[in-house]
Amino acid sequence: MIDLQTLIQNPLSYDFMQRAILAAVIVGIVSGVVGSFVVVRGMSFFGDALAHSILPGVSAAYIYSGGAAFSMPLLSEIQDESLRLFVGGLAAGIFAAVLIGWLTRDKRLKEDTVIGIVFVAMFALGIAIISSDPRAYGRDLVHILFGNILGISNTDIWIMVVCGVVVIGIVVFFFKELVVISFDVGLARTLQLPTEGLRILLLVLIAVTIVASLQIVGITLMLAMLIAPAAIAQLVTKRMHHMIIVAAVVGAVSGVVGVFISYHLGIATGPAIVLTVTTLFLIAFSMTYISERFSPAH
Amino acid sequence: MILSKDPQSSPVEFIENDRCALQVQQLSAGYAGHRQAIHDVSFTVNRGERLAVIGPNGAGKSTLFKALAGIIPHTSGNVSTYGLDCRTSHTLIGYVPQYEEVDWQFPATVFDVVMMGRIRKIGWLRFPRKVDRDGVYSTLEQVGMAHLSNRQIGQLSGGQKRRVFIARALVQETDIILLDEPFSGVDVNAEDEIMETLEHLNRTGITIILSTHDLQTASTRFDRLMLINQQLIAIGKPEDVFTPSNLRQAYGGAVSVFQQGNEMLIFSDEHDHA
Repeated sequence: MIDLQTLIQNPLSYDFMQRAILAAVIVGIVSGVVGSFVVVRGMSFFGDALAHSILPGVSAAYIYSGGAAFSMPLLSEIQDESLRLFVGGLAAGIFAAVLIGWLTRDKRLKEDTVIGIVFVAMFALGIAIISSDPRAYGRDLVHILFGNILGISNTDIWIMVVCGVVVIGIVVFFFKELVVISFDVGLARTLQLPTEGLRILLLVLIAVTIVASLQIVGITLMLAMLIAPAAIAQLVTKRMHHMIIVAAVVGAVSGVVGVFISYHLGIATGPAIVLTVTTLFLIAFSMTYISERFSPAH
Repeated sequence: MILSKDPQSSPVEFIENDRCALQVQQLSAGYAGHRQAIHDVSFTVNRGERLAVIGPNGAGKSTLFKALAGIIPHTSGNVSTYGLDCRTSHTLIGYVPQYEEVDWQFPATVFDVVMMGRIRKIGWLRFPRKVDRDGVYSTLEQVGMAHLSNRQIGQLSGGQKRRVFIARALVQETDIILLDEPFSGVDVNAEDEIMETLEHLNRTGITIILSTHDLQTASTRFDRLMLINQQLIAIGKPEDVFTPSNLRQAYGGAVSVFQQGNEMLIFSDEHDHA
Protein backbone atom coordinates (compact mmCIF):
# COMPACT_ATOMS: atom_id res chain seq x y z
CA MET A 1 0.00 0.00 0.00
CA ILE A 2 1.40 3.35 -0.99
CA ASP A 3 1.54 5.70 1.91
CA LEU A 4 2.44 9.37 1.59
CA GLN A 5 4.09 9.37 4.98
CA THR A 6 6.78 6.87 4.02
CA LEU A 7 6.93 7.99 0.41
CA ILE A 8 7.37 11.75 0.88
CA GLN A 9 7.42 12.89 4.49
CA ASN A 10 9.99 10.51 5.95
CA PRO A 11 12.71 11.33 3.44
CA LEU A 12 12.02 15.04 3.93
CA SER A 13 12.78 14.79 7.63
CA TYR A 14 16.47 14.49 6.78
CA ASP A 15 18.46 17.68 6.26
CA PHE A 16 20.51 16.15 3.47
CA MET A 17 17.33 15.17 1.61
CA GLN A 18 15.93 18.69 1.90
CA ARG A 19 19.13 20.10 0.47
CA ALA A 20 19.20 17.44 -2.24
CA ILE A 21 15.67 18.27 -3.37
CA LEU A 22 16.28 22.00 -3.34
CA ALA A 23 19.46 21.49 -5.34
CA ALA A 24 17.74 19.20 -7.82
CA VAL A 25 14.99 21.78 -8.40
CA ILE A 26 17.43 24.64 -8.98
CA VAL A 27 19.65 22.58 -11.27
CA GLY A 28 16.62 21.21 -13.13
CA ILE A 29 15.31 24.70 -13.84
CA VAL A 30 18.63 26.22 -14.93
CA SER A 31 19.58 23.20 -17.07
CA GLY A 32 16.18 23.33 -18.76
CA VAL A 33 16.57 27.03 -19.60
CA VAL A 34 20.14 26.82 -20.88
CA GLY A 35 19.61 23.38 -22.40
CA SER A 36 16.87 24.78 -24.65
CA PHE A 37 19.51 26.86 -26.42
CA VAL A 38 21.85 23.86 -26.58
CA VAL A 39 19.10 21.81 -28.24
CA VAL A 40 17.88 24.34 -30.81
CA ARG A 41 21.46 25.19 -31.77
CA GLY A 42 22.41 21.51 -32.12
CA MET A 43 25.25 21.91 -29.62
CA SER A 44 24.86 18.70 -27.62
CA PHE A 45 28.37 17.53 -28.46
CA PHE A 46 29.69 20.88 -27.27
CA GLY A 47 27.70 20.58 -24.03
CA ASP A 48 29.09 17.12 -23.34
CA ALA A 49 32.61 18.27 -24.15
CA LEU A 50 32.33 21.31 -21.91
CA ALA A 51 31.13 19.17 -19.02
CA HIS A 52 34.18 16.94 -19.38
CA SER A 53 36.49 19.92 -19.79
CA ILE A 54 35.85 21.19 -16.28
CA LEU A 55 37.56 18.14 -14.76
CA PRO A 56 41.10 19.61 -14.52
CA GLY A 57 39.80 22.65 -12.62
CA VAL A 58 37.71 20.56 -10.27
CA SER A 59 40.51 18.03 -9.74
CA ALA A 60 43.07 20.71 -8.96
CA ALA A 61 40.66 22.31 -6.50
CA TYR A 62 39.71 18.96 -5.01
CA ILE A 63 43.03 17.43 -4.15
CA TYR A 64 43.73 20.48 -2.05
CA SER A 65 41.41 19.19 0.63
CA GLY A 66 43.50 16.09 1.23
CA GLY A 67 47.13 17.24 1.25
CA ALA A 68 48.00 18.81 -2.02
CA ALA A 69 50.28 16.91 -4.34
CA PHE A 70 51.30 20.18 -5.95
CA SER A 71 50.54 23.80 -5.34
CA MET A 72 48.02 26.01 -7.13
CA PRO A 73 48.61 29.57 -5.96
CA LEU A 74 45.14 31.09 -6.58
CA LEU A 75 42.93 28.17 -5.64
CA SER A 76 44.68 27.60 -2.32
CA GLU A 77 43.47 31.03 -1.18
CA ILE A 78 39.86 29.76 -1.08
CA GLN A 79 39.17 28.03 2.24
CA ASP A 80 35.68 26.69 1.58
CA GLU A 81 35.87 23.47 -0.39
CA SER A 82 32.56 23.92 -2.26
CA LEU A 83 33.55 27.36 -3.42
CA ARG A 84 37.02 26.15 -4.36
CA LEU A 85 35.59 23.35 -6.50
CA PHE A 86 33.20 25.80 -8.12
CA VAL A 87 35.87 28.37 -8.93
CA GLY A 88 38.25 25.70 -10.24
CA GLY A 89 35.59 24.10 -12.41
CA LEU A 90 34.30 27.41 -13.70
CA ALA A 91 37.79 28.59 -14.62
CA ALA A 92 38.42 25.39 -16.58
CA GLY A 93 34.97 25.48 -18.17
CA ILE A 94 35.21 29.09 -19.31
CA PHE A 95 38.75 28.48 -20.53
CA ALA A 96 37.54 25.52 -22.63
CA ALA A 97 34.46 27.42 -23.91
CA VAL A 98 36.48 30.44 -24.99
CA LEU A 99 39.26 28.26 -26.45
CA ILE A 100 36.76 26.29 -28.56
CA GLY A 101 35.02 29.52 -29.56
CA TRP A 102 38.33 31.09 -30.55
CA LEU A 103 39.66 28.09 -32.49
CA THR A 104 36.45 27.86 -34.54
CA ARG A 105 36.01 31.58 -35.21
CA ASP A 106 37.23 31.51 -38.84
CA LYS A 107 35.92 28.03 -39.77
CA ARG A 108 39.33 26.74 -40.84
CA LEU A 109 38.70 23.84 -38.50
CA LYS A 110 35.27 22.33 -38.11
CA GLU A 111 33.72 22.88 -34.72
CA ASP A 112 33.31 19.21 -33.84
CA THR A 113 36.97 18.56 -34.65
CA VAL A 114 38.12 21.32 -32.31
CA ILE A 115 35.70 20.20 -29.62
CA GLY A 116 36.98 16.62 -29.90
CA ILE A 117 40.58 17.73 -29.39
CA VAL A 118 39.99 20.22 -26.57
CA PHE A 119 37.52 18.01 -24.71
CA VAL A 120 39.61 14.86 -24.51
CA ALA A 121 42.79 16.80 -23.74
CA MET A 122 41.15 18.66 -20.86
CA PHE A 123 39.58 15.47 -19.54
CA ALA A 124 42.91 13.67 -19.70
CA LEU A 125 44.57 16.55 -17.89
CA GLY A 126 41.93 16.30 -15.18
CA ILE A 127 42.48 12.56 -14.73
CA ALA A 128 46.23 13.16 -14.65
CA ILE A 129 45.87 15.79 -11.92
CA ILE A 130 43.61 13.69 -9.72
CA SER A 131 45.71 10.55 -10.22
CA SER A 132 48.61 12.36 -8.56
CA ASP A 133 46.72 11.78 -5.31
CA PRO A 134 46.04 8.01 -5.05
CA ARG A 135 43.42 8.44 -2.31
CA ALA A 136 41.35 10.91 -4.33
CA TYR A 137 41.84 8.87 -7.52
CA GLY A 138 40.48 5.72 -5.96
CA ARG A 139 37.48 7.11 -4.16
CA ASP A 140 36.48 10.66 -5.01
CA LEU A 141 36.82 10.64 -8.76
CA VAL A 142 33.55 8.71 -8.82
CA HIS A 143 31.77 11.61 -7.11
CA ILE A 144 33.07 14.12 -9.60
CA LEU A 145 32.16 11.93 -12.56
CA PHE A 146 28.73 10.82 -11.40
CA GLY A 147 27.69 13.39 -8.79
CA ASN A 148 27.31 13.22 -5.03
CA ILE A 149 24.02 14.78 -4.11
CA LEU A 150 24.19 13.61 -0.51
CA GLY A 151 27.36 15.61 0.01
CA ILE A 152 25.75 18.93 -0.81
CA SER A 153 26.65 21.69 1.64
CA ASN A 154 24.85 24.92 2.36
CA THR A 155 27.52 26.74 0.39
CA ASP A 156 26.72 24.51 -2.60
CA ILE A 157 23.08 25.55 -2.36
CA TRP A 158 24.04 29.21 -2.24
CA ILE A 159 26.32 28.81 -5.25
CA MET A 160 23.47 27.17 -7.19
CA VAL A 161 20.99 29.88 -6.23
CA VAL A 162 23.34 32.70 -7.22
CA CYS A 163 24.30 30.98 -10.50
CA GLY A 164 20.67 30.22 -11.25
CA VAL A 165 19.55 33.80 -10.70
CA VAL A 166 22.43 35.22 -12.75
CA VAL A 167 22.02 32.75 -15.65
CA ILE A 168 18.24 33.11 -15.86
CA GLY A 169 18.50 36.90 -15.49
CA ILE A 170 20.94 37.09 -18.41
CA VAL A 171 18.74 34.79 -20.52
CA VAL A 172 15.69 36.97 -19.82
CA PHE A 173 17.37 40.28 -20.56
CA PHE A 174 19.27 39.08 -23.63
CA PHE A 175 16.52 36.72 -24.73
CA LYS A 176 15.76 38.22 -28.14
CA GLU A 177 19.45 38.57 -29.03
CA LEU A 178 20.28 35.01 -27.93
CA VAL A 179 17.33 33.68 -29.94
CA VAL A 180 18.38 35.57 -33.07
CA ILE A 181 21.99 34.34 -32.99
CA SER A 182 20.64 30.82 -32.45
CA PHE A 183 18.12 30.98 -35.29
CA ASP A 184 19.77 33.17 -37.91
CA VAL A 185 23.23 34.54 -37.34
CA GLY A 186 23.01 36.25 -40.75
CA LEU A 187 20.18 38.47 -39.52
CA ALA A 188 22.15 39.25 -36.37
CA ARG A 189 25.06 40.43 -38.55
CA THR A 190 22.76 42.42 -40.84
CA LEU A 191 21.40 44.17 -37.75
CA GLN A 192 25.02 44.68 -36.60
CA LEU A 193 24.65 42.84 -33.32
CA PRO A 194 27.92 41.73 -31.68
CA THR A 195 27.42 38.11 -32.76
CA GLU A 196 30.77 36.81 -31.50
CA GLY A 197 30.28 38.38 -28.08
CA LEU A 198 26.77 36.93 -27.80
CA ARG A 199 27.99 33.49 -28.85
CA ILE A 200 30.73 33.56 -26.19
CA LEU A 201 28.16 34.77 -23.64
CA LEU A 202 26.01 31.74 -24.42
CA LEU A 203 29.00 29.39 -24.12
CA VAL A 204 29.84 30.91 -20.73
CA LEU A 205 26.23 30.49 -19.57
CA ILE A 206 26.45 26.81 -20.51
CA ALA A 207 29.74 26.50 -18.61
CA VAL A 208 28.28 28.14 -15.47
CA THR A 209 25.23 25.86 -15.59
CA ILE A 210 27.39 22.76 -15.91
CA VAL A 211 29.71 23.68 -13.03
CA ALA A 212 26.79 24.61 -10.77
CA SER A 213 25.15 21.25 -11.54
CA LEU A 214 28.30 19.21 -10.97
CA GLN A 215 27.31 17.96 -7.51
CA ILE A 216 23.95 16.69 -8.69
CA VAL A 217 24.62 14.57 -11.73
CA GLY A 218 28.37 14.78 -12.19
CA ILE A 219 30.38 15.43 -15.31
CA THR A 220 29.44 12.36 -17.33
CA LEU A 221 25.68 12.57 -16.82
CA MET A 222 25.39 16.35 -17.19
CA LEU A 223 24.49 16.16 -20.86
CA ALA A 224 21.18 14.43 -20.09
CA MET A 225 20.11 17.31 -17.83
CA LEU A 226 20.86 19.81 -20.60
CA ILE A 227 19.33 17.87 -23.48
CA ALA A 228 16.42 15.70 -22.32
CA PRO A 229 14.14 18.31 -20.67
CA ALA A 230 14.68 20.68 -23.60
CA ALA A 231 14.04 17.89 -26.11
CA ILE A 232 10.76 17.03 -24.37
CA ALA A 233 9.82 20.72 -24.40
CA GLN A 234 10.58 21.05 -28.10
CA LEU A 235 8.22 18.17 -28.85
CA VAL A 236 5.27 19.88 -27.21
CA THR A 237 5.83 23.61 -27.91
CA LYS A 238 6.22 25.82 -30.97
CA ARG A 239 7.75 28.98 -29.51
CA MET A 240 11.14 29.42 -27.88
CA HIS A 241 9.99 31.01 -24.61
CA HIS A 242 7.32 28.32 -24.16
CA MET A 243 9.97 25.68 -24.79
CA ILE A 244 12.21 27.21 -22.13
CA ILE A 245 9.42 27.30 -19.53
CA VAL A 246 8.37 23.71 -20.20
CA ALA A 247 12.00 22.54 -20.13
CA ALA A 248 12.55 24.24 -16.77
CA VAL A 249 9.45 22.58 -15.30
CA VAL A 250 10.40 19.16 -16.70
CA GLY A 251 13.94 19.59 -15.38
CA ALA A 252 12.73 20.48 -11.89
CA VAL A 253 10.14 17.70 -11.77
CA SER A 254 12.58 15.03 -12.93
CA GLY A 255 15.11 16.30 -10.38
CA VAL A 256 12.67 15.88 -7.50
CA VAL A 257 11.28 12.56 -8.70
CA GLY A 258 14.81 11.29 -9.26
CA VAL A 259 15.89 12.21 -5.73
CA PHE A 260 12.94 10.33 -4.21
CA ILE A 261 13.51 7.30 -6.42
CA SER A 262 17.15 7.27 -5.45
CA TYR A 263 16.20 7.40 -1.75
CA HIS A 264 13.65 4.61 -1.93
CA LEU A 265 15.55 2.26 -4.23
CA GLY A 266 18.93 2.98 -2.68
CA ILE A 267 20.55 3.88 -5.98
CA ALA A 268 22.85 6.79 -6.90
CA THR A 269 20.96 10.06 -7.38
CA GLY A 270 22.55 11.24 -10.63
CA PRO A 271 21.55 8.13 -12.58
CA ALA A 272 18.10 8.12 -10.92
CA ILE A 273 17.46 11.69 -12.16
CA VAL A 274 18.80 10.93 -15.62
CA LEU A 275 16.71 7.77 -15.96
CA THR A 276 13.62 9.67 -14.79
CA VAL A 277 14.06 12.37 -17.40
CA THR A 278 14.79 9.78 -20.09
CA THR A 279 11.57 7.97 -19.18
CA LEU A 280 9.67 11.24 -19.46
CA PHE A 281 11.26 11.78 -22.86
CA LEU A 282 10.16 8.36 -24.09
CA ILE A 283 6.61 9.03 -22.88
CA ALA A 284 6.49 12.46 -24.53
CA PHE A 285 7.97 11.10 -27.75
CA SER A 286 5.48 8.21 -27.94
CA MET A 287 2.57 10.50 -27.18
CA THR A 288 3.45 13.07 -29.85
CA TYR A 289 4.15 10.26 -32.31
CA ILE A 290 0.78 8.67 -31.63
CA SER A 291 -1.12 11.96 -31.75
CA GLU A 292 0.53 12.89 -35.07
CA ARG A 293 -0.08 9.44 -36.51
CA PHE A 294 -3.74 9.31 -35.59
CA SER A 295 -4.73 12.96 -35.77
CA PRO A 296 -7.58 13.70 -38.21
CA ALA A 297 -5.28 15.91 -40.30
CA HIS A 298 -3.29 12.90 -41.53
CA MET B 1 31.91 59.50 -60.27
CA ILE B 2 33.40 59.48 -56.82
CA LEU B 3 31.06 59.13 -53.88
CA SER B 4 32.12 60.78 -50.68
CA LYS B 5 32.36 58.40 -47.73
CA ASP B 6 30.76 61.00 -45.50
CA PRO B 7 27.40 62.09 -46.87
CA GLN B 8 26.97 64.84 -44.28
CA SER B 9 29.98 66.70 -45.65
CA SER B 10 28.59 66.75 -49.18
CA PRO B 11 24.84 67.33 -49.21
CA VAL B 12 24.91 68.27 -52.88
CA GLU B 13 26.13 64.86 -53.91
CA PHE B 14 23.48 63.22 -51.74
CA ILE B 15 20.74 65.08 -53.58
CA GLU B 16 22.32 64.22 -56.90
CA ASN B 17 22.04 60.56 -56.00
CA ASP B 18 18.52 60.86 -54.79
CA ARG B 19 17.11 58.43 -57.35
CA CYS B 20 19.75 55.92 -56.47
CA ALA B 21 18.82 53.44 -53.72
CA LEU B 22 21.96 51.35 -53.66
CA GLN B 23 25.41 52.22 -54.85
CA VAL B 24 28.14 49.59 -54.97
CA GLN B 25 31.69 50.58 -55.82
CA GLN B 26 34.53 48.19 -56.59
CA LEU B 27 33.22 45.66 -54.11
CA SER B 28 35.32 42.59 -53.43
CA ALA B 29 34.29 39.95 -50.92
CA GLY B 30 34.86 36.32 -50.00
CA TYR B 31 38.15 34.49 -49.66
CA ALA B 32 40.52 35.62 -52.39
CA GLY B 33 40.93 32.91 -55.03
CA HIS B 34 37.95 31.03 -53.68
CA ARG B 35 35.48 29.96 -56.35
CA GLN B 36 32.63 31.99 -54.95
CA ALA B 37 34.58 35.16 -54.26
CA ILE B 38 33.57 38.32 -56.09
CA HIS B 39 35.98 40.88 -57.36
CA ASP B 40 35.69 44.55 -58.20
CA VAL B 41 31.90 44.73 -58.72
CA SER B 42 30.37 48.19 -59.27
CA PHE B 43 26.75 49.04 -60.02
CA THR B 44 23.88 51.22 -58.92
CA VAL B 45 20.26 50.34 -58.34
CA ASN B 46 17.55 52.97 -58.60
CA ARG B 47 14.83 53.53 -56.09
CA GLY B 48 11.86 51.26 -56.76
CA GLU B 49 13.72 49.18 -59.32
CA ARG B 50 13.48 45.40 -59.82
CA LEU B 51 16.89 43.90 -60.49
CA ALA B 52 17.54 40.19 -61.08
CA VAL B 53 21.07 38.90 -60.51
CA ILE B 54 21.94 35.91 -62.66
CA GLY B 55 25.02 33.82 -63.24
CA PRO B 56 26.17 30.19 -63.12
CA ASN B 57 26.57 28.16 -59.94
CA GLY B 58 29.48 29.43 -57.90
CA ALA B 59 29.40 32.80 -59.66
CA GLY B 60 29.33 34.52 -56.29
CA LYS B 61 25.69 35.62 -56.23
CA SER B 62 25.30 34.60 -52.59
CA THR B 63 28.64 36.13 -51.70
CA LEU B 64 27.56 39.41 -53.30
CA PHE B 65 24.26 39.44 -51.40
CA LYS B 66 25.87 38.53 -48.09
CA ALA B 67 28.44 41.28 -48.54
CA LEU B 68 25.69 43.79 -49.38
CA ALA B 69 23.71 42.78 -46.29
CA GLY B 70 26.78 42.93 -44.06
CA ILE B 71 26.76 39.23 -43.24
CA ILE B 72 30.30 38.76 -44.54
CA PRO B 73 32.88 41.55 -44.55
CA HIS B 74 33.99 43.39 -47.69
CA THR B 75 37.62 42.89 -48.52
CA SER B 76 37.51 46.20 -50.36
CA GLY B 77 35.09 48.64 -51.90
CA ASN B 78 32.05 50.58 -50.76
CA VAL B 79 28.36 49.90 -50.39
CA SER B 80 26.03 52.79 -49.73
CA THR B 81 22.28 53.18 -49.54
CA TYR B 82 20.84 56.62 -50.22
CA GLY B 83 24.34 57.97 -49.88
CA LEU B 84 24.93 56.41 -46.45
CA ASP B 85 27.82 54.03 -45.95
CA CYS B 86 26.38 50.58 -45.28
CA ARG B 87 29.00 49.65 -42.74
CA THR B 88 27.37 52.07 -40.33
CA SER B 89 23.75 51.65 -41.46
CA HIS B 90 23.13 48.06 -42.51
CA THR B 91 19.66 48.08 -41.09
CA LEU B 92 18.62 49.83 -44.29
CA ILE B 93 18.95 46.60 -46.29
CA GLY B 94 16.67 43.64 -45.73
CA TYR B 95 17.99 40.18 -46.57
CA VAL B 96 15.99 37.02 -47.27
CA PRO B 97 18.26 33.98 -46.85
CA GLN B 98 18.27 30.86 -49.01
CA TYR B 99 15.81 28.19 -48.00
CA GLU B 100 18.55 25.75 -46.96
CA GLU B 101 20.08 28.22 -44.54
CA VAL B 102 17.00 28.29 -42.30
CA ASP B 103 16.26 25.79 -39.52
CA TRP B 104 12.56 25.26 -40.20
CA GLN B 105 12.13 23.09 -37.08
CA PHE B 106 13.14 26.00 -34.82
CA PRO B 107 10.49 26.70 -32.15
CA ALA B 108 9.28 29.98 -33.59
CA THR B 109 5.98 31.13 -35.04
CA VAL B 110 5.53 33.40 -38.04
CA PHE B 111 5.06 36.28 -35.58
CA ASP B 112 8.28 35.41 -33.69
CA VAL B 113 10.38 35.28 -36.85
CA VAL B 114 9.12 38.63 -38.12
CA MET B 115 9.65 40.17 -34.68
CA MET B 116 13.34 39.21 -34.94
CA GLY B 117 13.66 41.88 -37.62
CA ARG B 118 12.73 44.47 -35.00
CA ILE B 119 15.32 43.72 -32.35
CA ARG B 120 17.63 46.57 -33.28
CA LYS B 121 14.69 48.97 -33.20
CA ILE B 122 13.58 47.60 -29.82
CA GLY B 123 17.07 48.03 -28.37
CA TRP B 124 19.16 46.29 -25.72
CA LEU B 125 17.55 45.09 -22.47
CA ARG B 126 14.08 45.99 -23.70
CA PHE B 127 11.05 43.96 -24.61
CA PRO B 128 8.79 44.42 -27.67
CA ARG B 129 6.26 47.22 -27.23
CA LYS B 130 2.92 47.79 -28.89
CA VAL B 131 4.53 49.73 -31.73
CA ASP B 132 6.70 46.69 -32.52
CA ARG B 133 3.78 44.26 -32.42
CA ASP B 134 1.72 46.60 -34.61
CA GLY B 135 4.66 46.83 -37.01
CA VAL B 136 4.89 43.05 -37.21
CA TYR B 137 1.16 42.66 -37.88
CA SER B 138 1.06 45.39 -40.51
CA THR B 139 3.99 43.89 -42.46
CA LEU B 140 2.33 40.49 -42.20
CA GLU B 141 -0.77 42.13 -43.74
CA GLN B 142 1.40 43.52 -46.55
CA VAL B 143 2.58 40.04 -47.53
CA GLY B 144 -0.81 38.43 -46.86
CA MET B 145 0.35 36.31 -43.93
CA ALA B 146 -1.43 37.93 -40.97
CA HIS B 147 -3.90 35.05 -40.64
CA LEU B 148 -1.01 32.59 -40.15
CA SER B 149 0.89 34.56 -37.50
CA ASN B 150 0.55 31.78 -34.90
CA ARG B 151 1.73 29.00 -37.21
CA GLN B 152 5.10 27.35 -36.50
CA ILE B 153 7.34 28.21 -39.47
CA GLY B 154 7.91 24.56 -40.45
CA GLN B 155 4.16 24.12 -41.00
CA LEU B 156 4.02 26.60 -43.91
CA SER B 157 4.05 26.03 -47.66
CA GLY B 158 7.12 26.96 -49.70
CA GLY B 159 5.68 30.27 -50.87
CA GLN B 160 4.47 31.17 -47.37
CA LYS B 161 7.92 30.46 -45.93
CA ARG B 162 9.52 32.94 -48.33
CA ARG B 163 6.83 35.54 -47.56
CA VAL B 164 7.54 35.32 -43.80
CA PHE B 165 11.15 36.25 -44.42
CA ILE B 166 10.12 39.02 -46.81
CA ALA B 167 7.97 40.40 -43.97
CA ARG B 168 10.93 40.11 -41.61
CA ALA B 169 13.05 42.16 -44.00
CA LEU B 170 10.30 44.78 -44.34
CA VAL B 171 9.83 45.15 -40.60
CA GLN B 172 13.40 46.45 -40.38
CA GLU B 173 11.88 49.55 -42.01
CA THR B 174 13.97 49.09 -45.09
CA ASP B 175 12.95 49.78 -48.63
CA ILE B 176 15.63 47.64 -50.25
CA ILE B 177 15.16 43.88 -50.11
CA LEU B 178 17.73 41.30 -51.21
CA LEU B 179 16.45 37.78 -51.89
CA ASP B 180 18.94 34.97 -52.36
CA GLU B 181 17.46 32.34 -54.71
CA PRO B 182 13.86 32.63 -53.46
CA PHE B 183 12.63 30.34 -56.26
CA SER B 184 14.93 27.40 -55.60
CA GLY B 185 13.00 24.37 -54.41
CA VAL B 186 9.50 25.79 -54.95
CA ASP B 187 6.93 24.86 -57.58
CA VAL B 188 5.57 27.17 -60.29
CA ASN B 189 2.58 28.24 -58.21
CA ALA B 190 4.75 29.23 -55.26
CA GLU B 191 7.07 31.10 -57.62
CA ASP B 192 4.07 33.08 -58.90
CA GLU B 193 2.90 33.69 -55.35
CA ILE B 194 6.31 35.07 -54.36
CA MET B 195 6.54 37.22 -57.51
CA GLU B 196 3.06 38.65 -56.89
CA THR B 197 4.04 39.58 -53.33
CA LEU B 198 7.22 41.21 -54.58
CA GLU B 199 5.43 43.09 -57.37
CA HIS B 200 2.88 44.33 -54.86
CA LEU B 201 5.67 45.61 -52.61
CA ASN B 202 7.48 47.05 -55.59
CA ARG B 203 4.44 49.17 -56.42
CA THR B 204 4.68 50.70 -52.92
CA GLY B 205 8.24 51.82 -53.69
CA ILE B 206 10.29 48.88 -52.38
CA THR B 207 13.47 48.13 -54.34
CA ILE B 208 13.79 44.42 -55.12
CA ILE B 209 17.12 42.73 -55.79
CA LEU B 210 16.89 39.01 -56.33
CA SER B 211 19.20 36.24 -57.48
CA THR B 212 17.86 33.37 -59.53
CA HIS B 213 18.67 30.59 -61.96
CA ASP B 214 15.36 31.13 -63.68
CA LEU B 215 16.42 33.19 -66.68
CA GLN B 216 12.89 33.31 -68.08
CA THR B 217 11.42 34.94 -64.97
CA ALA B 218 14.47 37.16 -64.66
CA SER B 219 14.12 38.49 -68.19
CA THR B 220 10.35 38.96 -68.20
CA ARG B 221 9.46 40.25 -64.74
CA PHE B 222 12.39 42.49 -63.84
CA ASP B 223 13.44 45.94 -64.98
CA ARG B 224 17.08 45.05 -65.38
CA LEU B 225 19.34 42.02 -65.25
CA MET B 226 22.81 41.76 -63.81
CA LEU B 227 25.01 38.95 -65.07
CA ILE B 228 27.95 38.05 -62.87
CA ASN B 229 30.63 35.42 -62.71
CA GLN B 230 33.07 36.48 -60.01
CA GLN B 231 33.07 39.84 -61.80
CA LEU B 232 30.33 41.96 -63.22
CA ILE B 233 29.83 40.89 -66.84
CA ALA B 234 26.82 42.95 -67.84
CA ILE B 235 23.97 44.94 -66.37
CA GLY B 236 20.98 46.30 -68.26
CA LYS B 237 17.91 45.30 -70.25
CA PRO B 238 17.65 41.58 -71.17
CA GLU B 239 18.50 42.21 -74.84
CA ASP B 240 21.69 44.00 -73.80
CA VAL B 241 22.70 41.38 -71.27
CA PHE B 242 21.88 38.24 -73.28
CA THR B 243 24.49 38.71 -75.98
CA PRO B 244 26.45 35.70 -77.18
CA SER B 245 29.73 37.07 -75.87
CA ASN B 246 28.31 37.86 -72.39
CA LEU B 247 26.72 34.43 -72.11
CA ARG B 248 29.86 32.66 -73.26
CA GLN B 249 31.85 34.63 -70.71
CA ALA B 250 29.46 33.72 -67.89
CA TYR B 251 28.26 30.23 -68.71
CA GLY B 252 30.85 28.98 -71.16
CA GLY B 253 28.26 27.91 -73.74
CA ALA B 254 25.83 26.20 -71.34
CA VAL B 255 23.17 28.81 -72.05
CA SER B 256 21.95 30.16 -75.34
CA VAL B 257 19.30 32.74 -76.17
CA PHE B 258 17.35 33.08 -79.39
CA GLN B 259 15.60 36.29 -80.26
CA GLN B 260 12.58 36.03 -82.54
CA GLY B 261 10.54 39.17 -82.96
CA ASN B 262 9.46 40.13 -79.47
CA GLU B 263 9.96 36.68 -78.11
CA MET B 264 13.10 35.55 -76.41
CA LEU B 265 13.87 31.85 -75.99
CA ILE B 266 16.39 30.80 -73.40
CA PHE B 267 18.00 27.38 -73.38
CA SER B 268 19.99 26.34 -70.40
CA ASP B 269 22.08 23.20 -69.85
CA GLU B 270 22.41 24.03 -66.18
CA HIS B 271 20.31 21.68 -64.09
CA ASP B 272 20.94 23.28 -60.75
CA HIS B 273 17.43 24.67 -60.46
CA ALA B 274 16.64 22.23 -57.66
